[in-house]
Amino acid sequence: MPVYNQSRSRIIQVIFILVFLVIILQLLNLQIFSTEYKLQAENNAIYRKVVYPDRGIIYDRHGKAVLENTIMYDLMVTPSEVKGSDTNAICNILGIDTAEFRKRIIASIIKNSRYKPSVFEPLISDTLFARLNESMYKFQGFNITERPVRAYPFHSAANVLGYLGEVDTNFLKRHSGEGYEPGDYAGMTGLERSYEKVLMGQRGVKRYIRDNKNRIQGSYNNGLYDTSAIAGRNLYTSMDEDLQLLAEKLLQNKIGSVVAINPKTGGILAMATAPTYDPVMLTGSQRRKNFGRLILDTARPLLNRAIKGQYPPGSTYKPLSALIALDEGIITPSYGYPCAGAYYSCGRPVKCTEHIPGHSKNLRTAIAYSCNSYFSNVFRLIVDNPRYHNVRLGYLEWKHYMNAFGYGTDLSADLPGEDDGNIPDTSGYNKDFGGPHWNSCNIVTLGIGQDRMLATPLQIANAMCIIANKGYYYTPHFVDSIENETPADSQFVGKYRIKHVPLEHISDSSFNTVQLGMHDVSVFGTAHAAAIPGIDICAKTGTAQNPHGKDHSLFVAFAPMQNPKIAICVVIENAGFGATWAAPIASLLLEKYLKDSIAADRQPMVDRILKADLIPAAIRHWYIARDSIKLLKESQKINADAAPVFKNNLETSKPVTYDPEAEPNRNDNDSGTNRNNRKDSIKYKQELDKQEKKYNPKPKQK
Amino acid sequence: MSSSYSRSASKNIDWLLVFLYALLVAIGVLCIFMVEYNPATFSADSFFNGNTNYSKQILFSGICIVVATFIILSDSKLYPAFANLLYVFGILLMLSVFVIGKDINGSKSWIPLGGGFNLQPAELCKVFAALALAKYLSQLNMDFTKLQSQFIAAVLALSPALISILQNETGLALVYMSFFVVMYREGLPGMILVIGFSFGALVVATLLVEKNTLAIILTLLAAFIVFALRRQIFVRKRWNIFILIISVWVFCVGIQRFAVPYIFNNVFECYQSQRIYSAVGKDYDCSQNKHAQQSEASSGKAAVKPDDYNVRQSKIAIGSGGFLGKGFLKGTQTRGKYVPEQHTDFIFTSLSEAFGFVGSFLFLGIYFILLFRIIQVAERQRSVFSRVYAYSVASILFFHIAVNVCMTVGLFPVIGIPLPLVSYGGSSLLTFTIMLFILIRLDADRQMVLR
Repeated sequence: MPVYNQSRSRIIQVIFILVFLVIILQLLNLQIFSTEYKLQAENNAIYRKVVYPDRGIIYDRHGKAVLENTIMYDLMVTPSEVKGSDTNAICNILGIDTAEFRKRIIASIIKNSRYKPSVFEPLISDTLFARLNESMYKFQGFNITERPVRAYPFHSAANVLGYLGEVDTNFLKRHSGEGYEPGDYAGMTGLERSYEKVLMGQRGVKRYIRDNKNRIQGSYNNGLYDTSAIAGRNLYTSMDEDLQLLAEKLLQNKIGSVVAINPKTGGILAMATAPTYDPVMLTGSQRRKNFGRLILDTARPLLNRAIKGQYPPGSTYKPLSALIALDEGIITPSYGYPCAGAYYSCGRPVKCTEHIPGHSKNLRTAIAYSCNSYFSNVFRLIVDNPRYHNVRLGYLEWKHYMNAFGYGTDLSADLPGEDDGNIPDTSGYNKDFGGPHWNSCNIVTLGIGQDRMLATPLQIANAMCIIANKGYYYTPHFVDSIENETPADSQFVGKYRIKHVPLEHISDSSFNTVQLGMHDVSVFGTAHAAAIPGIDICAKTGTAQNPHGKDHSLFVAFAPMQNPKIAICVVIENAGFGATWAAPIASLLLEKYLKDSIAADRQPMVDRILKADLIPAAIRHWYIARDSIKLLKESQKINADAAPVFKNNLETSKPVTYDPEAEPNRNDNDSGTNRNNRKDSIKYKQELDKQEKKYNPKPKQK
Repeated sequence: MSSSYSRSASKNIDWLLVFLYALLVAIGVLCIFMVEYNPATFSADSFFNGNTNYSKQILFSGICIVVATFIILSDSKLYPAFANLLYVFGILLMLSVFVIGKDINGSKSWIPLGGGFNLQPAELCKVFAALALAKYLSQLNMDFTKLQSQFIAAVLALSPALISILQNETGLALVYMSFFVVMYREGLPGMILVIGFSFGALVVATLLVEKNTLAIILTLLAAFIVFALRRQIFVRKRWNIFILIISVWVFCVGIQRFAVPYIFNNVFECYQSQRIYSAVGKDYDCSQNKHAQQSEASSGKAAVKPDDYNVRQSKIAIGSGGFLGKGFLKGTQTRGKYVPEQHTDFIFTSLSEAFGFVGSFLFLGIYFILLFRIIQVAERQRSVFSRVYAYSVASILFFHIAVNVCMTVGLFPVIGIPLPLVSYGGSSLLTFTIMLFILIRLDADRQMVLR
């Protein structure tokens, strides 16, 4: 035996040890130091199935469910398993061609990978479900999953409740970490959006082990890491469904809106907007098509005019003017103004519609008869108050009052996308008049709620609450309480439980005077036709001139005068006098709410309103043309899920271009052309333009 | 009489080896069970019904116990006596495959035995080659320093490998390289191993380093050696050293610039090149491969790029095990059958996923103890035959373990060789059983001088 052999044995052993060491090091590297393999293994083998909880139910003040859930079905596809399934049969059932089939499969692969199920046909109808179900065995890779879908038992309050939409990438970015995944639905507008966190509940996740062919092998770790779905919590609102239904009925074939608030709580009793849509349209399989049609509808049924319609308040502003003047000590209740049919002190006369002699002999009658001269004068007195030395300081003081009444700022109700209205700053007028050289005469029509003053129906109704309550209000809101309220909810809802007293210094006697004047309106004044026997109504009509056509018909009221239970604002666009349309609608709603039914002798009034078609000619024409093939095609082109939610609901819609309504005093060249070109009376043309720009991107003009 | 015989048969048996053997076989059955376990179809009798791989492996183990008992009861003089005969028999068996062979997984190296069982002679031939080598090296007048005897030994060891390559079973052929470790122990110049390792290092370096950079490095290395030996070369005028350095340099650069690319592009199939490249963490461009070009030209379709799916999934399974593992039967990758060939070549992954780093460490520890015990056993033999045979067993086991585990953890190209005693497969289990128990038998008679 050679001598060196013993050392060679050692060398062989060293080689063995070295190789084992290398293996151990690599194992350390793989199993302990690198984390990527664990992630990859999970991606490989763990299938996360999201279990969708039922969304919360929304109840009205009587406990009726106005928004609940029903079950619908999605046809899902797992592209990798489709091979060998009866493509033709499935195309026949769904009514699509093979090209569309292929397109959808490719879309699914891109969206969710080849091995994960994606939605092939969402929300299939009952008949389709039945037909598919009996031949499902032929369709490998397809399966039908349940999906809870929103149901609207009363088919009402579409714009208040809002709709759900599939979340887009932006949404996912904004809400990362909240558990949303591509393909999920979330509230896009209305209460569905405001209370998304409450309503959505908590998704459950079930984990399954799947094999290399994507077949489920059983639950992962016996469900140790599974979370169960927690149903969304219910919302209890102040909405009165009967009142809401009546309001929507009365608004049919009109453009406008109704807001009714309980002044004691700020709870919104009804919020109707017209035209509107049946909310069911945006839930089922026809959602895409319907959404396309609705978004192209010139009358804007998806727009909640109660919070986004900006109207000149017209004469409905006068009670506020009276309160300001009384509080400032500029007038007394017995102050009178010799109205001779118009206000002549500022050059161009401001006409007064009332001609009875002595109709403006004191404040009370001036309100009752809505004397323009009187309030033009009062406005000038407020602005030219010698205490402030300067018309601009006087104006700012007036603006301060107006903002306190809730005009010109959004009220932060619990609906997304509320508009501010407009109480312009002095800078606005400086611009209009080329410097600070304007005087009270230049802006005298502000005194009758015109000029650049704009307010939403919600703001106008809220101002009525302040007058009804003699000084205080609660921020208007729908949701009174949330099921199992959490601290976070309380923080959100809490702001609707705070009593706001914006103008403490206005005396009760001032309010009394104004209330008496408003009461006279319904007794012998401009809206005596709106009177309801046995109820003391305080009201004010408004007939707002506007650059789009016929005057808007406005009416505000609260009742009963001694113990106000409801404050209401009705706006009917381009309908003429406030007393003609808005007043009777409001009157009927008040009666319905306070007396629970409408007296039989007032039925003709209901019929007259129901029959009235006050939609402007241009829009009516559009409705006739609506069913043309071209439009149909166009609406199909719009992908309802990808189509943006009205962006103007989200941000304040500052006018991008010059708007004659917002700046009536501006007088440059394009205002003239603009006015001439404006044939229809849609107030929201700029917003529509914005929408159009999204579909046909053009360079922005700025 | 029989009782005294059995006492003498069990005398001197190395029970540690027997215990380690039994432990590994049991772990093997357990691992195969983990791979195949499916709660939906599992029942107690699936252990014995012969439909599942683990029940088959249990059956093989039973056969192996019988065979092992026979070997223990046999006379150790049999082995040196029949070594050459067995070797010839093994070679004939391997050659017979060309006639009656069966194609499994692309390698024509199996003899069908009926009943769904097949035998792979190349596996069995390892034992015979080890015996024949031991027999040759234990000859009385053996002088292993002579080149001739070294050559004969190499031929003995490598003939089965050659046949194996012809059977398209490259993995098993490589195993026969492990006999060089034995020959090294018996006096093969260490230089050969050094050259072998250097050559391997050079090939790996070729794959890893950009070719011009590597050429410069080699040149600098040669220049440095010449500089270090300048006194020897230039002062003492020993030009042969200089010529040797130059020729080694030329050889290395030749390998690196021409031979390796040529072999990878023209000799190897695309998937083989890809596997080797991916073991060093690189990507192989198949468009350069001649075979791929040919098949592309003949089929008109672009060749499918071979994927390192196996190794990737194997690494994922092992890596996801973490420190303590996912637990018995809780391996998601194993349950999901993500690792191909997991019950045979990639069996280590199921264990590693379920029991993590700790489990893998202990498992490798068992092998380590086995190997060192065998070396210890080898060194205590009086007869050269037993020692050479023991070293053969150790080397073959070591080669299998090292290559198989390195392959699963992504350190070695994928070649299909099983993990000894653990991987599913009757031929493999039987071969290692015979191999190990012959050693145990020989060791029991270590006082005897066998030739």
